[in-house]
Amino acid sequence: MGELDFEPFLLSFKLAGITTLILFFIALPLSWWLSQTKSHFKPFIEAVVSLPIVLPPSVIGFYILFALSHNSPLGSFLEDTFGIKMVFTFTGLVIASCFYSFPFMVQPLQGGFESLNKNMIEASYIAGKSKFTTLLHVALPNIKPALLTATIITFAHTVGEFGVVLMVGGSIPGETKVASIAIYEAVEVMDYTNAHIYSVIMLAISFLVLLSVYLFNHHYTKKAGIIV
Amino acid sequence: MIKISIQKQLHGAKAEMTLDIDVSIKKGEFVAIAGESGSGKTTLLRILAGLENANGKIDVFGKQWLNGKINKTPQERGIGFVFQDYALFANMSVEKNLLFVNKDKDLAQHLLDLTQLSELKNRYPNTLSGGQKQRVALCRAFMNRPKVLLMDEPLSALDPLMRTKLQHDILTLYKEFEMTTIMVSHDPSEIYRLAQRVIVLKQGVIAKDSTPKEVFLKTKGSQKFTLQGELLDIIKADVIHIAIVAIGQQIVEVILDSSEAQSFTIGQSVAVSTKAFSPIISAI
Repeated sequence: MGELDFEPFLLSFKLAGITTLILFFIALPLSWWLSQTKSHFKPFIEAVVSLPIVLPPSVIGFYILFALSHNSPLGSFLEDTFGIKMVFTFTGLVIASCFYSFPFMVQPLQGGFESLNKNMIEASYIAGKSKFTTLLHVALPNIKPALLTATIITFAHTVGEFGVVLMVGGSIPGETKVASIAIYEAVEVMDYTNAHIYSVIMLAISFLVLLSVYLFNHHYTKKAGIIV
Repeated sequence: MIKISIQKQLHGAKAEMTLDIDVSIKKGEFVAIAGESGSGKTTLLRILAGLENANGKIDVFGKQWLNGKINKTPQERGIGFVFQDYALFANMSVEKNLLFVNKDKDLAQHLLDLTQLSELKNRYPNTLSGGQKQRVALCRAFMNRPKVLLMDEPLSALDPLMRTKLQHDILTLYKEFEMTTIMVSHDPSEIYRLAQRVIVLKQGVIAKDSTPKEVFLKTKGSQKFTLQGELLDIIKADVIHIAIVAIGQQIVEVILDSSEAQSFTIGQSVAVSTKAFSPIISAI
């Protein structure tokens, strides 16, 4: 048994934290728009957003690898112009994770916005408030459980990703070797002790995260009485 | 003067219908819009608020709200709107609900005083009763000092006692702020108490447009005293039958003979009438 290395966990949480932060700002306007729009394009956009849920991670990983490698126009442009290498780097991993976890941020937020009392939103418009002010001061504060669910699930889901990370990031220690990869590698070299320790930590963290979400939502629903 | 001339295709519960309204409302007038559900009352109100599109023109005190080119947003119309389900901002206290609309603390305090809500100003909507919520919503609608106030069945979710109190509040505020008010309602006593004019919609068009007295006082021949109600039950008592009729919030009994009893079906709408000199009126 080698010495226990916690770097993969730190890397996993760093990746998940950055991904969650980026996705929050991208998903917020999109989920708000989806919840309010009557556009005919809505189903198409919803389908595209949800794709990562049904696609095998290897498919997402393959396309991202293909798009970001120096053989592709985008990848070569980034590498030649800015000197940014995307494949097998942490940056590349963040981009891949953003695609992979996108629906987990959009769907709870959209659900939260859609469950709001439509008249409450309209009352804000009638009071002369813009859509942006309404989103910030009326819609967002009234979907706290959905907000918490979206951020926590996105975070947890990113920590738990494996296939996409393996394809886009490989397993470079300190750069792309996240916890799930570390477990896989430990099993591969038959280091079951470390695999056990890593797995138990992942299991415990995942359980605690989910438990805190459900406890908060349970408490909030009870406190708020009937949420319309 | 508010001039409304609008058309809109509606997908009603029963069939397609066209909302086709052509009406003028004087400044400061209190108008009630009545009619069966699905007759287009709420849609008309929402079109006035800018919450729904329509063809035609809306001209409010010389300003164009809607014509072929212009369609002002709800934000630009500067109206007050009271929803049936209160629609309060759940994340804000009573006072914040008012101040979110307009940061005029004095006006907020004045409105809360008028409606006896001052003591509740730090409470959150989910801790209030229905009547309290609707009073907050009413105050909130006045915070921008709107020229036009729109109310969509504001009191229909409240019990009769609370309705009377809120009718009083609405009248107080209406008199103080002198705003043109349009209220959707199907409670004749409420309309009679509050409105100077009632417009009855039927299938998307105006069926009646008159004073509440003319629209609701149903007199026929020499029978000057007519009440509409629902036949709840017919009870046989010896040789006679007793019909139980619900009129408004009251239950009354009317004697029937057996042939009459057979001609009615339970649940149907009925008129209970008598000559005007028969009923006895007394204070309670």
